[in-house]
Amino acid sequence: MIRTVFAVAAIALGVTAAIAQQDPIAARKALMKTNGDQGKIGAAMIKGEAPFDLDKAHKVFATFEDASAKASALFPENSIDQATADDPYSASPEIWQNLEDFKARLAKLGADAKAADASVKDLDSFKAAFGNIGKNDCGGCHEKYRLKKS
Amino acid sequence: MQRPALIVAAVALVCALLWVLTIPATVPASALPPHTPDIDNGRTMFNIGGCASCHATPNKDAEKVERTRLGGGLPLKSPFGTFYVPNISPDAADGIGGWSEADFVTALWKGTSPRGRHLFPAFPYTSYQHMKLADVRDLFAYLKTLPPVSGRARRHDLVFPFSVRRLVGIWKVLFLRGGPFRSDPSRSAQWNSGAYLVSGPGHCAECHSPRNFLGAIVADERFAGGPAPDGKGWVPNITPVGLQHWSKEDIAWSEKDIASFLDDGMNPAGDFAGGAMVETIRNTAKLDAADRAAIAAYIVSLPPREGPKPPPKK
Repeated sequence: MIRTVFAVAAIALGVTAAIAQQDPIAARKALMKTNGDQGKIGAAMIKGEAPFDLDKAHKVFATFEDASAKASALFPENSIDQATADDPYSASPEIWQNLEDFKARLAKLGADAKAADASVKDLDSFKAAFGNIGKNDCGGCHEKYRLKKS
Repeated sequence: MQRPALIVAAVALVCALLWVLTIPATVPASALPPHTPDIDNGRTMFNIGGCASCHATPNKDAEKVERTRLGGGLPLKSPFGTFYVPNISPDAADGIGGWSEADFVTALWKGTSPRGRHLFPAFPYTSYQHMKLADVRDLFAYLKTLPPVSGRARRHDLVFPFSVRRLVGIWKVLFLRGGPFRSDPSRSAQWNSGAYLVSGPGHCAECHSPRNFLGAIVADERFAGGPAPDGKGWVPNITPVGLQHWSKEDIAWSEKDIASFLDDGMNPAGDFAGGAMVETIRNTAKLDAADRAAIAAYIVSLPPREGPKPPPKK
């Protein structure tokens, strides 16, 4: 029984890895899109357009943490992408010229999100943590490594 | 008179007229009434004016730039060549340490250097000319409190004839209009405050507008977006044409969205700004919330204008 479980898990992991290998660009865009969707939810609570919900707050940070862990493997060499008709954003070639800095920023996002997830308890603490992550982790990385075509 | 002599005389006359037309304007010290500088206001002007974004000694990592060390040196690429931003720290030899107040007012209002030469409009005096005299003087006082940084930036690397400073005099006759800001009594105090901050020290239109072949803003497309002045990407239309139908999700920016964006870089889609706007927000985040709110109130009131279309996505 346990061997079957292990086997299935190994295959699932392998399949995920294989898919990621096949299309890291699509995979990482999907991750960032999920971040953005959670960002929207967070923004609505901060702006007072939606009531504060602690579970949702936790989910925002957990998503960021998960995304940062997965994203690191999704930027292999030769995976430079371009803006498309649907998506004006693309990864800048600067990433591969500064791979250490890029990965360090992903790690920082993960660490900050983890700390925020552990400490958030109300709207004020959520605002502070979300704002810090958004401006420094999201914004700082986007400034240097994300290109926008119009 | 013989024909050739007539022609020479005509050419000489035209040259003389051009020479007179392009005499750099200055503001004399006698035009400045007594004034006690307000350093706090000077700091606000420094933040909204975005001085550090061009004049601070550059660093490969934007987050490591020391905003108060204004040693210059940043290259600004343009269709006319590359400008190298000067040192405006209070260093006596390499910066503005030897400048008088009148020199500084002359630079921001008239685009003229203390030695009486035209400054290139890569320095956005087209906007700074609208600043109140007291604000310019407070800014000068604040700059003098910053650390002196030695070292001059290299000379600009411009394509002839754009490298000829005197010809900027003709550019100014054509494009340097307006003078100090005039408030609109039919509008609220907040609107007027926002209008002043945006048109004067904020100089937002300098990036958010398209330019003609001489590098001047196309007046009836002001704020309607265009190619980034340094050639990297596209700067959005911030009139209601752009802000009411933003991105493929067709989101409308509210006044509150704009004000909070200038604080934390978050747009209404929950995404965080990238590109050159991040640097701008580093400055606007330091303003009072009331100033950001005033800027937002003015921006939403801009007349809707169609701008140039960005290049098609592949």
